[in-house]
Amino acid sequence: MNEDITRHEFDTVVIGSGLAGLRAALEASGACSVAVIAKMYPTRCHSTAAQGGIAAALGNEDHDLPEWHYYDTTKGSDFLGDQDAIEVMCEDALRTVVELEHMGVPFSRTPDGRIAQRRFGGHTKEFGRAPVRRACYSADRTGHAIVFALYEQCQLRNVRFFPEFHVLDIVVREGTCHGVVAMEISTGRVHVFSSKATVVASGGYGRVFKTTSNAHASTGDCLSILLNRGLPLEDMEFFQFHPTGLYGLGILVTEGARGEGGILLNGHGERFMERYAPTIKDLAPRDMVSRAILSEVREGRGIDGREYVHLDLTRIPGRIIEERLPEISTFCRIYLGIDPSEEPIPVLPTAHYAMGGIPTDIDGRVFINEKGDTVTGLYAAGECACVSVHGANRLGCNSLLDTVVFGRRAGMAIKKDISSLAMGDIKPSEIDRTISMLEGFINSKGLEKVGRIRSQMQKIMMDKCSVFRHRDGLKRAVEDMDAYAYLAGNVSIKDKTRRFNTELLEAIELQHLLNLAQAVARSSLQRTESRGAHYREDYPERDDKNWLKHTFIYKKDSEWKFSYRPVVIRRFQPEERRY
Amino acid sequence: MKYHLFRIKRYDPDRSPSVWWDDFKVKMEPTDRVLDGLIRIKDTIDGSLTFRRSCAHGICGSCAMKINGKNRLACQSIIKNMPDRIVIEPLQTLPVIKDLVVDMEGFFEKNDLVMPYLINDEPPPERERLQSPEEQHRILESITCIMCGSCTSSCPVFWSDKKYLGPSALLKAYRFIFDSRDRAQDERLKRILHSHGLFRCHSIFNCVEVCPKEIDITSHIARLKRLALKKGLKG
Repeated sequence: MNEDITRHEFDTVVIGSGLAGLRAALEASGACSVAVIAKMYPTRCHSTAAQGGIAAALGNEDHDLPEWHYYDTTKGSDFLGDQDAIEVMCEDALRTVVELEHMGVPFSRTPDGRIAQRRFGGHTKEFGRAPVRRACYSADRTGHAIVFALYEQCQLRNVRFFPEFHVLDIVVREGTCHGVVAMEISTGRVHVFSSKATVVASGGYGRVFKTTSNAHASTGDCLSILLNRGLPLEDMEFFQFHPTGLYGLGILVTEGARGEGGILLNGHGERFMERYAPTIKDLAPRDMVSRAILSEVREGRGIDGREYVHLDLTRIPGRIIEERLPEISTFCRIYLGIDPSEEPIPVLPTAHYAMGGIPTDIDGRVFINEKGDTVTGLYAAGECACVSVHGANRLGCNSLLDTVVFGRRAGMAIKKDISSLAMGDIKPSEIDRTISMLEGFINSKGLEKVGRIRSQMQKIMMDKCSVFRHRDGLKRAVEDMDAYAYLAGNVSIKDKTRRFNTELLEAIELQHLLNLAQAVARSSLQRTESRGAHYREDYPERDDKNWLKHTFIYKKDSEWKFSYRPVVIRRFQPEERRY
Repeated sequence: MKYHLFRIKRYDPDRSPSVWWDDFKVKMEPTDRVLDGLIRIKDTIDGSLTFRRSCAHGICGSCAMKINGKNRLACQSIIKNMPDRIVIEPLQTLPVIKDLVVDMEGFFEKNDLVMPYLINDEPPPERERLQSPEEQHRILESITCIMCGSCTSSCPVFWSDKKYLGPSALLKAYRFIFDSRDRAQDERLKRILHSHGLFRCHSIFNCVEVCPKEIDITSHIARLKRLALKKGLKG
C-alpha cells in the first residue's frame, strides 16, 4: 500500500472548514502556507446550519455594553466558564462583527442601514434586569452567511483547500504535533500532511445522541484521535440540548423565534416558562428551558399528554416571520406540513452543542495536561475546543462568536510561533499504524454492523445521558458504551473498494463516536452535582465547594483517568442563578 | 409504515465497467425523507450504497440527486409526496464517481471564475458599512444559494456546453454585482461576458424549477443581462 501514499508539506494545516477553521486559516495565511483539510466541500460544513445570530454588544437597537455580555455569558455558564477567556471574547465581539461585515457578510439591517439585532436567550441588560437586543443576524441563516464570506476571503488569500479528505490520524509525539494523516475520499488514497502548526477545528459530535440538530458528519473524529494519543478532553459531561428541536426530527428551530416574540405553551395552553424564569421567561438560557419542557412533559402537561410542547409563533406578524425566520418556516412546511404563522410548532429538546472538548489557552494552544503545559505546534478552536467560554451551558449566538474570535486568535498565535516551529516529521511507523487500521476494517470477518451499534449507542445515550441524569442510568450507559466499543472492534463492511468508501468511513466514525460516548458517560457519572446542562437527579444542587472546577478526562492504555483544573474567576463571583 | 421500492442507479468502476440498477424494498413512514430511506438501505441491506449527506435539513447542499426525474435534495423529499416507486439517479451530466456521488470539482471551479468575494478597496469605516434594508433585500434571495448543483446539472445549455458558467456561478456573480458595498461591478461583468457566459442563458427556467431554496435564478440572470445591456456590454 506504501507506494500510494502522497506527501505534502504546509506551514499550517487546518482540520475543518467551518467558521473556526476558516477564520484561523485566513489569519495564518498572511504569514505562511496554509492548507485546509475538510471532510466535505468547505461550504457543506455544519457551521452553515447556525441560524439565529452572532452576539455582540453593538448597541444598534438597544443600549448595550460588552460587560453585560461578559456577565450574561458567565452566569449562563453557571460560573464554570473561565472569565479571562469570556472577557476576551466579549470585548472582541464588536470588532469581530464589524470585520465580518467588512468582509461582505450580508447581515440583516435596521431602517438606517446598520446591522440589525434581536433578542436571544440569556442576553440581558444591566446584569440580568431585562432582555436586550444583542444578536446580529442574517435572517435565520447567519452561519451560512458567515461561512460563505470567510470561505470567499480564504479563496482570495490563496488558502489551499483539500475538500473531501477524511482525517485518520493526528501525529503527536513527545509533546509535539507533526501533522496529519488523511484519506482522499474519492480515491481512498492516504495523504500525509507534515506541518509546523496544526489547527483542529473539526466541530462537534452531536451524533452520539439519537435526537440531534447536528449533521451526520458531526462525529468528533479529531477529539477521539487526540484522546487516543494520550491528550485530555475537558468538561465532556456538559452537552447542550437545545429546547426547540422539531418534534421527531431534532431539526433546530432557532432561539431567534422566541427572540422575535414566540412563546412556549404546554398542553393546558399555559405559558409555562413564566413559572421557571419569571423575569425573562421564554428567553431563559437553554439548559433551563430544556429542563422546563421535559418537566412539563413528564408531569403529563405535554400537548394532549404526548411528548412535546408547542412553540407558538402565531402572534408574530407574518411579515416578521417571512423576513427574519424564513428558513424555519420552510422547515415547518416541508417536514411537518404546517405554517408557523397559523399553527404552533411541536418541539422537544435536541442534542445541539458540546461545551467541552480539547482544552486550550486563550490563544488556541492545546493543553497536554491539567497544569496547562501545551503541545508544541497544536492548536484548536471552535466547538471541538474548550477554552472555556461556555462553561456548563452556552448562550445562544456565543458559538459563532467563539469560532470567529478564537479561530482568529489561533491564527495569530501561529503567526507568532511559526518561526520557532520545525516542520513536522511523520515516521513510516506512524503511517503504518493508520494503514493497518484501514486494512483491519477491510479484512474484518466480524459479524457486527455499523448501523446497528450506532443506533443502539444513540438510544442509550439519549435515554441515560441527556437532559436528566441519574447515577443508575449513567452506570448503565458506561457499561453499555464499553460493551459497544468492544463490539465495534468486530465490525465488518461489505464494500472492500477504495473509491469513495463511505461504509469504511462510517465504521471509523463509529469508533470515534463510541470513544466520545464513553468519555461523556464517565465524565457525567463522576460529577456529583448539577450545573448548567449537567443535571443529576440524585444531586440536584450546584456544589461550588467541591465542583467549581473543570474535569479533564484521559484515556491511557484503555484506562480512564480524571484530574481537575480550577475555574478562572475574575470579575463575577458565583451566585445563585435566577432569571 | 408501508413499503416503498427504491430503484437506484449504481456505478462503481471497481466492480463493473457499466452502470446497473438495484431495487430495494424499504419500510417507510410517510413523514420520512428519501434520505432516511437511503440511510436505511446502507445500514441494513447494502453497506456499499454510496451517496453524500450531512445536515439532513436542506442547508449543507450535499444530497442533491435526481429523484423521479427531477433534481432535488434527498433530505427535502418527503415520502408522503412520493409514489411507491422511487427512482434515484446521480445529478445528470456531472461525471459520476460512484453510485450517487458526482464529481463537483468543475462545478465549484466555475464559481471561482466570477471573483466570488466582496471587493471594496475604500478604507473601511470604524463601524459597519451602511446598507439599507432595500439594498440588502436586492441580494437576499441570491445569498440563500447552498451550491448543491441541482440547477447547473438541470440546465440544457450546460448539457451542450460544459464550459458554460451555469446558473449557480451566474447567481454568485449577481450576489456581488448587486451588493451595494461591492466596487468591482464592471470587472465582474466582464468576467461573465464571454461565449460561455451570461448571454448563453436562454431563460429555460429548469434551474428555477429544481432549486431547493426556491430561488428565482432565471430572473436574477435576466437582471444581470439588463445591467450588461445598459452598460453597452454584450459578450
